[in-house]
Amino acid sequence: MMMVLFIAIPLASVLMQSFYVTQPVYEVLQVETCTPSFSGQVCVTDIKTVPKIGVNGRVETQTNFVGLLNYQNVIEFPRVVAAFTNKSWQQFMSIDFWKALRFTLSFTLLTLPLVLLFGLVIALTINNAAKSIRGPIIFVSLLPMIITPVIGALAIKWLFIGDGILTSFLEWLLEKDIAMFAQAWTIELMMMFYRVWHVAPFAAIVFYAALQTVNQDTLESAVIDGASRWQKLRYVILPHLMPLIVFVTLIHLMDSYRVFEEVIGFSSQAHVISLQWLTYDFLTLDQMGNRSISRASASAMLTMIGIVLLLIPVLRSVWMDYKGKKI
Amino acid sequence: MSNNNNIRMPLALRLGSSSFLIFWCLLAAFPIFWIAVMSVKLPIDAFNSNPLYVILGPTTVSQGKGLSFLDISIGLAIIVFTIKFSTRRLGTAVKKFSPGNLLWVGWIIGSLTTGLAFIVIFFGFLPPILEFFNEISGVLGTDIIGFSAEHYSTVWLERGFIKNFQNSLLVTTGVVTISLTFGTLAGYALSRTGSNFAFWILIAALIFRSLPHSVLVAGYLPFFMNSASILQPIFGDSAPTLYGMPWATIAVLVAINQPFTIWMLRSFFQNIPSDLDEAARIDGCSHFQAFRRVIMPVMWPGVITTGLFSFLLGYNDFLVTSLLLEAQNTTMVPAIATMFNMETTTTDQVVAVAAAVSIIAPLFFLVMFFQRQIVSGLTIGAVKG
Repeated sequence: MMMVLFIAIPLASVLMQSFYVTQPVYEVLQVETCTPSFSGQVCVTDIKTVPKIGVNGRVETQTNFVGLLNYQNVIEFPRVVAAFTNKSWQQFMSIDFWKALRFTLSFTLLTLPLVLLFGLVIALTINNAAKSIRGPIIFVSLLPMIITPVIGALAIKWLFIGDGILTSFLEWLLEKDIAMFAQAWTIELMMMFYRVWHVAPFAAIVFYAALQTVNQDTLESAVIDGASRWQKLRYVILPHLMPLIVFVTLIHLMDSYRVFEEVIGFSSQAHVISLQWLTYDFLTLDQMGNRSISRASASAMLTMIGIVLLLIPVLRSVWMDYKGKKI
Repeated sequence: MSNNNNIRMPLALRLGSSSFLIFWCLLAAFPIFWIAVMSVKLPIDAFNSNPLYVILGPTTVSQGKGLSFLDISIGLAIIVFTIKFSTRRLGTAVKKFSPGNLLWVGWIIGSLTTGLAFIVIFFGFLPPILEFFNEISGVLGTDIIGFSAEHYSTVWLERGFIKNFQNSLLVTTGVVTISLTFGTLAGYALSRTGSNFAFWILIAALIFRSLPHSVLVAGYLPFFMNSASILQPIFGDSAPTLYGMPWATIAVLVAINQPFTIWMLRSFFQNIPSDLDEAARIDGCSHFQAFRRVIMPVMWPGVITTGLFSFLLGYNDFLVTSLLLEAQNTTMVPAIATMFNMETTTTDQVVAVAAAVSIIAPLFFLVMFFQRQIVSGLTIGAVKG
């Protein structure tokens, strides 16, 4: 049948696309171009930009299989052990990978409830507003979401930088000198604020759309049964929104786990780094003009393992849902 | 129904709800509004700690760069007129002048001419005329709000932002066209089969969507840098080094974007009843004809929505473009990142602000015109999925 052919071709293209995505990841694992130096700790990487001829005076490069060395270089296990034996949290946090992991995880988990809450409240209030002003409000709400992340982070940064107006407002409020960019926790706070600002509209719009489909009869009967406003929200509207809350959670976990633009926008490399930024940093040229691709791929793999671990509970509930639907 | 709700709602809750809404709108729009204000002021005003000074910009005014009451009112009038024209008259005009089957060409030409006319009148004719009127109209003509476009000209003309803009344009167009082509085909196929295999592909797409982008780039980068030697057996000596080529960047962005596109288009296709293809088949269309003649015309809203999101991805991307393109040859977003990292004086900072505003201005118009599509795109994946 022609149907089979017609479906098969796009399917093959999808399949190819999926290989396209995975293949390099595995490829990197196999082709680790890393030559360990004498110290054994620092990994000097030679990039194979030249063909392996070596006759015309070019540097011949070597590709060694180094096993888990790259991972060791990223995780820096000896230093972790040292930190633990000293029982010093600070020493532990001075290792880039763990620092990034700590920030990424706390960022992801702290912003999640805020985003959900904010989105829900915005959606409910938009739903309460008069029909005529809903359009403009949605327009304004879309702005933070649609904006280039780096620019959005910059815009917030410019409000707080130096004697930016919000900083001076806070100084006036608290009557003390504040430097928002001097210590890590204020930067983290601002990053979270930015992220909530950036994602809450998305949650709000999704919830708002779902609020339009709440079964009005159920609401009415709840009112007749004497449900208060709060009870109505708790027992009728929230259960209706539940699949969407899972959906937003899923998306938000994925997106905020790869927090990256904030680090660039707030230029907070010195204080706060995220996992994806770590990979990015390995990939950019260092002073020697090298890119430590192997280390980058090791940290990328670790990042990936992290996201899979984080997503397992959510994916499992989605899976149950799907099974349930099928039956 | 919401009307009903409003009546029953106690006053305190109503007040609370509306004040929260106002608060949210302020919160959402304020940073954007603020950088727009900053970008047209001289550095002293832009980074002043008194908000009123930033808005009014006394130093900017005292240097003779400002807008008078007259300027503002006439400028606003022209903007309002243009919007009114494009929403009401343009549609009928386009329908009148373009032949029936080429309506979309007519739309493109119509909106281009409108935009061009607006730019010519607003930036070309208006300033000299207004200058003349300002001189004779006394109080109304004196400057009250500081305004200077010099930072914009610095960004666009001296810093070579036009080059970056072209690159952005190239990358985003590439991403949108390629991912839409593959996405529609794949999405259509996936929506029309019921096999388990399709389900697994969708789950795989979901997992790929969650991959950090840097993982992908880490995979591609070595290949791109060595591609000259890897591809030599196939292309001979003319094998290109893909690193730094816009096409390579587009390929990576498409790969990142594809899972999302497929998901979204699939849910759009699922909304189209499959009776439609069957009817077309009975009328003697081949499969491809049915797809092209019958399904695609119904699909345009979905395609536009998905295209919008692909556009956003390509346009907003920082990581991929900054890693895969040479520093001299990047798109706008990485360019601005280097710009504000290098900045030393406050003038440089305001220039960076102006660059930021120029980047987000197109997005602003995008939201304005395609708000409905964006909202539907956000919700369709959620509600149906």
